[in-house]
Amino acid sequence: MPTLNEYLLMSGLLFSIGLAGVLLRGNIIIILMSLEMMLSAANLALVSFWRFGGGGGLPSDSYSPQVMVFFVITVAAAEVAVGLAIIVALFRSRQTVEIHELSSMKG
Amino acid sequence: MSLGFLVLFLPLIASAITLLVSRRRAMLSSYISTASALICLLITVSLIQNGDNKELGSFNWIQVGDFQLNIALELTGLGKGMLLVVTLIGFLVHLFSIGYMKEDSGMARYFGGLSLFMFSMTGIVLANNLAMMFIFWELVGVSSYLLIGHWYHKHSAAEAAKKAFLVNRIGDFGFMIGILLIWGAFGSVNFAEISNSLSVNKYDQNLLNWAMVCIFCGAIGKSAQVPLHVWLPDAMEGPTPVSALIHAATMVAAGVFMLTKVLFIIEVAPVAASLIQYVGALTALLAALMATQQDDIKKVLAYSTLSQLGYMIMAVGFAGYLYNGETLGEKASNAGFFHLYTHAFFKALLFLGSGAIIYACHHEQNIWKMGGLLKRMKITSITFLIGTAALCGVFPLSGFFSKDAVMAAAQNNPLLLSIGCFVAFLTSFYMTRLCVIVFFGKSKSWSAEEAKEVPIIMLLPLIVLSFGAIFAGYSFSYDWFVSYDKIIHPKGALPLMLSLIGLSGVLMGVFLYKGRTSEPCNIKVLKNKFYLDEIYLIIVRISQEFIAKFAKVIDRVFIDGFFVRGGAKLVSEVGSKLRGIQSGNLQGYAFLFAIGVILVLFIINSLIG
Amino acid sequence: MVIICRNPVSSALSLVISFLGLAALFITLNAYFIGIIQILVYTGAVMVLFLFIIMLLDIKADNTNDWNIPAIVGTVIVVFLLVSQLVSVLHAFKAGSQPMTVLPDSYSSNDVKSIGLEIFTNYNFHLQILGVLLLVATIGVVILSRRQSKETEEN
Repeated sequence: MPTLNEYLLMSGLLFSIGLAGVLLRGNIIIILMSLEMMLSAANLALVSFWRFGGGGGLPSDSYSPQVMVFFVITVAAAEVAVGLAIIVALFRSRQTVEIHELSSMKG
Repeated sequence: MSLGFLVLFLPLIASAITLLVSRRRAMLSSYISTASALICLLITVSLIQNGDNKELGSFNWIQVGDFQLNIALELTGLGKGMLLVVTLIGFLVHLFSIGYMKEDSGMARYFGGLSLFMFSMTGIVLANNLAMMFIFWELVGVSSYLLIGHWYHKHSAAEAAKKAFLVNRIGDFGFMIGILLIWGAFGSVNFAEISNSLSVNKYDQNLLNWAMVCIFCGAIGKSAQVPLHVWLPDAMEGPTPVSALIHAATMVAAGVFMLTKVLFIIEVAPVAASLIQYVGALTALLAALMATQQDDIKKVLAYSTLSQLGYMIMAVGFAGYLYNGETLGEKASNAGFFHLYTHAFFKALLFLGSGAIIYACHHEQNIWKMGGLLKRMKITSITFLIGTAALCGVFPLSGFFSKDAVMAAAQNNPLLLSIGCFVAFLTSFYMTRLCVIVFFGKSKSWSAEEAKEVPIIMLLPLIVLSFGAIFAGYSFSYDWFVSYDKIIHPKGALPLMLSLIGLSGVLMGVFLYKGRTSEPCNIKVLKNKFYLDEIYLIIVRISQEFIAKFAKVIDRVFIDGFFVRGGAKLVSEVGSKLRGIQSGNLQGYAFLFAIGVILVLFIINSLIG
Repeated sequence: MVIICRNPVSSALSLVISFLGLAALFITLNAYFIGIIQILVYTGAVMVLFLFIIMLLDIKADNTNDWNIPAIVGTVIVVFLLVSQLVSVLHAFKAGSQPMTVLPDSYSSNDVKSIGLEIFTNYNFHLQILGVLLLVATIGVVILSRRQSKETEEN
């Protein structure tokens, strides 16, 4: 049976992969997707904590972690929607999705 | 209000009135000033007749803890003679100036300065403690500056006034250190208290020597001894009555007077006393040598003053001379003061006489342009010749007695005695040179041809002074101040020898200069005052440049570069480096976020353990 | 796969697969509701939206061959540091190294009902806020995606 640590490690790895994606890629859509992955990693951590009840053992009585995950998913969805809308508007004006060309806040 | 305070402050009031109120009314100012001088003279005579007075009046000026500084007046011993000299010659100079400065536009300012000088000088004479004397010492320097620079728009006069003040200041610095040393040693600066405690307690010999040397510095500056003598010849740029009053009779004598006041310290500081003797002798010698080659009548008289001052200082220095285990003490210093007293009369006479000559020759000062004035200005010439004779020490005149007294003080030191005799020879020589060229022979220029006798108001002081020059040496006048026994007497053939030396000087002068129209022997070194002025200029310039360079380095590199510019540079460098963070690069920002998160984790990790 | 692929469509599809895996993980953790929600919302809506946008903007595959060295170096460093810290923390977390306990049969995992109960009672206010948030997001999206057509019409 897997331990809590394994789940947490998994969550951490997912998070790191997402972080790597944000730092590496130049396409803003890919960056957004990696961001989503990071959020999901956080969800995984939350649920595993609920299941293990803080250590080994039965799941906790209160369902608060699951409620929180619910909220996180919702907010993530809203954020993706708005972000993509912004990207569409940007694309219309700059004709590119490459972040180095998009950034005009230099200096 | 006691008489003492009156004689002190009356000239100050007169000066204030002339300088502040009656600036435009020249004649009125001159009368006010002269009247104040006359009143002071009368008060002085009455004070002297009252005998020694230690407490003429005092008021508490500063009180800091235990230390109390009074403005207190005393009139003792030699002070009486000094005060008489100051007020009498002061009054006569005032009279003379009314005539001499008649056409001058700054006459009121001049008389204001004269009254200010009278106030300061009286303060020095009447002071009963060193600190008060120092205050008036400085005031005298200020008045001298104002009066020398009276014709301030003339560049050389302004420079001379500055030089006088600065050189004086150097001496005063030493003086101040000496006063502080005395105060530290004795706990008081009052003359009477110091003298009492000196006779009672034993003090460290080194301390006394150093204190005396430092105090002597003040005298070096004020009485223009070598090496601080350079201001006196240049001070001749001032009006001639100023030269008569300040630089012949009174201010320069203040140094000698101060030394007689601290006589009790000189007596117990033999090293300092020797220094004083040698400095005096050196000054006398150098000044006499320089005087033999000067062409300006006032410059000759200035160097002559320097030389005579050397005599006085030397004599006072001999007060500390140990002879058979006891010091010469008061006898020697009285000799010095005696010479000061007589010198005041005949030197003032000579200066005023030269002033009359200059006035008559339409402000011509070069002796080679004068000549044959005996025929044209009888009274002036005769008084001048009387003054010269007194200066050279011719027998029945006052100078004979005082010079003998000075030589007598030096008679135990063969070197200084021979220097003194040589200087006497030179004195007769250059004075004869002066008289021969100016008064005898043919007139050498138009202005000398046109010379005629000066007005009576200028002649009167000359006549009065000539009486003083003749009779001041006699004991009946001198006994007012100090008994004739208390002056050291020359031994054996000394008076005769001195007279012979003087005579030979006269003969040499006549021989060399009779009938000449230009200088036969040109000794460049003497004429250029041993190049001392140039040497001083170089020294000052070198030290100033060094200090300036040093200061510049500190300022530019250290303060400016390091603190001011360095600070600004630091801020701007850091700012521009930090600016790179705002790259507008999204991934850069994300990178920094991640680094921050890692750091936070690390810190929490290490905190929790 | 997500972060490596040149073609963004491939990236998106890889992300879909990741999310599916994640949902499976949730199921193993007995969080059934969350797992289903994950598939419904995340993969079903969000990723589909992503794909729509990729196709809308016609984003080509990234064909440049140059390696962005500073970014790669920075990334490696950061990831490495992060993972190492994570490992060290977890190593010290003794409580987490116990294996998962098997749920007894009597455990009623009616999580939908429980979650619903929690949301509508304890976290009621938060739910309302969330609703407002969604509303705002919707309005924002509508506004942002309007074409600048008014100017051309006026001309």
